[in-house]
Amino acid sequence: MEKVIGKIHSLETFGLVDGPGVRFVVFLQGCKMRCKYCHNPETWSFDGAQDREAGELFEHVYHYKSYWGNGGGVTVSGGEPLLQIDFVTEFFRQAKLKGVHTTIDTAGQPFCEEPEFLEKFDKLLSYTDLVMLDLKEMDDKKHRSLTGYTNENILKLAKYLSDKGKPMWIRHVLVPGVTDDENGLKEMADFIGSLKTVERVEVLPYHTLGLFKWEKLGIKYPLEGIKSPTEEQVKKAEEILQISKYN
Amino acid sequence: MVNFEQWNGFEGRMWKEEVNVRDFIQKNYRPYDGDESFLEGPTEATNKLWGALQKLQKEERAKGGVLECETKVVTSLTAYGPAYIDESLKDEEKVVGLQTDKPLKRAFMPYGGIRMAEQACETYGYTPDPELHKIFTEYCRTHNQAVFDAYTPEMRLARRSHIITGLPDTYGRGRIVGDYRRVALYGIDQLIKFKQEDLANCGDGTMIDDVIRQREEIARQIGALKGMKEMAALYGFDISLPAKDAKEAVQWTYFGYLAAVKTQNGAAMSVGRISTFLDIYLQRDLDAGIITEKEAQELIDHLVMKLRMVKFARIPSYNALFSGDPVWATVVVGGTGIDGRSMVTKNDYRFLRTLENMGPSPEPNLTILYSPNLPETFKKYASKISILTSSVQYENDDVMKPYWGDDYSICCCVSATQTGKEMQFFGARANLAKCLLYAINGGVDEMLREQIGPAYAPITDEYLDYDKVIAKFDTMMEWLAGLYVNILNLIQYMHDKYYYEEAEMALIDTDVRRSFATGIAGFSHVVDSLSAIKYAKVKTVRDETGMVTDYIVEGDFPKYGNDDNRADDIAVWLLKTFIEKIKKHHTYRDSEPSTSILTITSNVVYGKATGATPDGRLASASFAPGGTPSYGAEQNGLLASLNSVAKLPYHWALDGISNTQTINPDALGHSDDERVDNLVNVLDGYFSQGSHHLNVNVFGKEKLIDAMEHPEKEEYANFTIRVSGYAVKFIDLTREQQEDVLARTCHTTLTK
Repeated sequence: MEKVIGKIHSLETFGLVDGPGVRFVVFLQGCKMRCKYCHNPETWSFDGAQDREAGELFEHVYHYKSYWGNGGGVTVSGGEPLLQIDFVTEFFRQAKLKGVHTTIDTAGQPFCEEPEFLEKFDKLLSYTDLVMLDLKEMDDKKHRSLTGYTNENILKLAKYLSDKGKPMWIRHVLVPGVTDDENGLKEMADFIGSLKTVERVEVLPYHTLGLFKWEKLGIKYPLEGIKSPTEEQVKKAEEILQISKYN
Repeated sequence: MVNFEQWNGFEGRMWKEEVNVRDFIQKNYRPYDGDESFLEGPTEATNKLWGALQKLQKEERAKGGVLECETKVVTSLTAYGPAYIDESLKDEEKVVGLQTDKPLKRAFMPYGGIRMAEQACETYGYTPDPELHKIFTEYCRTHNQAVFDAYTPEMRLARRSHIITGLPDTYGRGRIVGDYRRVALYGIDQLIKFKQEDLANCGDGTMIDDVIRQREEIARQIGALKGMKEMAALYGFDISLPAKDAKEAVQWTYFGYLAAVKTQNGAAMSVGRISTFLDIYLQRDLDAGIITEKEAQELIDHLVMKLRMVKFARIPSYNALFSGDPVWATVVVGGTGIDGRSMVTKNDYRFLRTLENMGPSPEPNLTILYSPNLPETFKKYASKISILTSSVQYENDDVMKPYWGDDYSICCCVSATQTGKEMQFFGARANLAKCLLYAINGGVDEMLREQIGPAYAPITDEYLDYDKVIAKFDTMMEWLAGLYVNILNLIQYMHDKYYYEEAEMALIDTDVRRSFATGIAGFSHVVDSLSAIKYAKVKTVRDETGMVTDYIVEGDFPKYGNDDNRADDIAVWLLKTFIEKIKKHHTYRDSEPSTSILTITSNVVYGKATGATPDGRLASASFAPGGTPSYGAEQNGLLASLNSVAKLPYHWALDGISNTQTINPDALGHSDDERVDNLVNVLDGYFSQGSHHLNVNVFGKEKLIDAMEHPEKEEYANFTIRVSGYAVKFIDLTREQQEDVLARTCHTTLTK
């Protein structure tokens, strides 16, 4: 087997909110989206990454199996992990050889229906137990303004996973005044309702803890002054998205 | 074989032939693997008493931490008549007995050192009777005076420079856990009989030192047993005979412990392993319909309330070492037997329940003897209590059991001891970070600028060379280990002579196993410093005399706490090297030497007295506590940090390796159930790797900051956090230590 190299941003041995149970989270470097609320802007560029070979990295990760119990496992996040699909596939293949639960945390932007991509993607799915998919915005225009990209292919990805019977967690970052309008959320709730394999829906309250990174990178922060949502705002969004139906 | 009617219904034979509480427990306890749903809340009496006690605690805090000090009466088993939390509520107290004549009043304990006893009083505005000064200087020697009389100049220097500090030469050594259960199981008269037999069999008539000393000690123990009977009689109890029911068993056991804390002010005054033992009595009464679960819980609540009240008058330098007024009234729960059965009983749940019934509390220092094989239900309840209260700690039963059996207690913060079979000579810590600096500077202290260690040739290179540093460090550690052991030999000798723990030793086998505990401070900083020297370039910064005062690190280097073998191998090497050097030396009374990597809160004081280290730590900055990796060293999250600590073999640090971690509740999972399951997974994962100890705090930094700014808020009155091997009320820490706690890594995960 040819060695597959991944561009790694960082490792988190103690991930408890990125999939079920205790998880080892591999953050990959590189993302094309430019989400205005991104709290990891340092993972956008492919520069500054650490190269790790999939098998070698998995061997390291597997040391942590004693913490995973029955429910935990590995999660690959980013950056955008689908930009390094070959690496993730090989990493997950190794994990499945050992029976480890695998989760990919994606925003779906690289997804397309080209046969070459789908062939690779199907292979990845065959080693993937759970997909955590970010739905940022239903309105395509708003989505483009928020992230720089269309959401058309992302919604298609959700549909594709649903048709394939792949378990999904849907996550939505709630930014007051940006991604919390009632109609948009209702539309999202309807869309999620049309999917057959959603196991959980999560509202992630926007926070400003990553703000300092923008400053460090010398990029102007587009959401300057926007505060985290209140508990009531989060609760309201959770109601509209009907999260209790899934969780 | 003896027999008592109080033993009706109990199985077994061996424990009737000899003092053998372990055998009694193994033959009679009933494991429980159900969940916590049987537990009861506090009774009205509990609420009233706890309310009264909280009021007193509030007054105590308002008065600067001490409610009242004794100034006239020298403490003893019978120095005071009966006293209660509140006279008007005394009939509500199901378990009675206080150290002095008033709740939270601190006794006058001069035997460890009259100067310290006086200073403790004076610190809080009390003037001790001058007559006491005269008695304990002119007529009677104390431990402290004897130690200082015998110290060599080198020992005094080492003490002054803080390369060895925290020594029990100004306070009681503690760490001796009487088997207080014996009082309940056998009654005092039978215990006296057993000790009288021992006295009769002690020596063959040839009066060598060992025999003379032993005979005197047994006689003192018998005297203490008689004193305990008188003490109990003052409260209207006759403890000559075994306890006949659960209420008496709890009370008798507590009297045993009370005898210890009335006569000794050891740094740690552990209660031991009483939970499973008492369950046997409670279960017998529950089965017979004599008590209800509500009453059973009330007994444990009231016992625990008493353990929350133990106080000693301490001097400021002691408080700086061990902040937050701790006494380490450590109580263990859980564990598994040699035969593989879980030793979790309903009573283990009841002890944890006290933290819900009466809120979080640092004392008693509740310690869960953890094994992944404990019942899942119990692991989950313990984890739930951790998340709610941050008041319990975990120790790995699977690594301790092979060394200490299945009836050990925790005698201090984290150190194991066989209950009733063993005593420990406690010996503070050697500052290995300072030792490394001595190696570089040829024994000149970097803070005092004096020659303290031997004047070996210093390192004169601009850039430090790993092999050279290691060679010099090794020689300097050799010197330190020798001096350290000998200081301790001297201290333990004098403590035996002038401040012997007869009340505790009366409840321990005469043929006692002794362990000799040493300790390491500055562990992570030495490891990271050596790693920096090995894997990066470390440039020395010298003052006008040529002494190195600072270090500049060029380049990256692996740090302890990242599960990186390059650094972790140095950690393992350091531990092994140190304990091997300790073991070369003769230890007092043929005790078994051990070491520990636990610093309590003394990491702040030790750090303060230590110059800049090559890992980039600034001069006087706090050390990381115990075996915990340095703050900010870890890059890969909590589990990588745990894995690094788990690599240290317990075998080489039988006195314990403490690790303290704080987890943000939001990072532990989305829901309460998830958080409980996740914490259980972390504990299972950590302990299955052979690690020793874990303190788990679950709160966010925001809460700490708010508590620092608004200590008066009601919600912070009992806000308890785990530090190194014990728990404290956060608002009782000094500002410096609060900041230290805050600076430590709080494990949060930033994700999308």
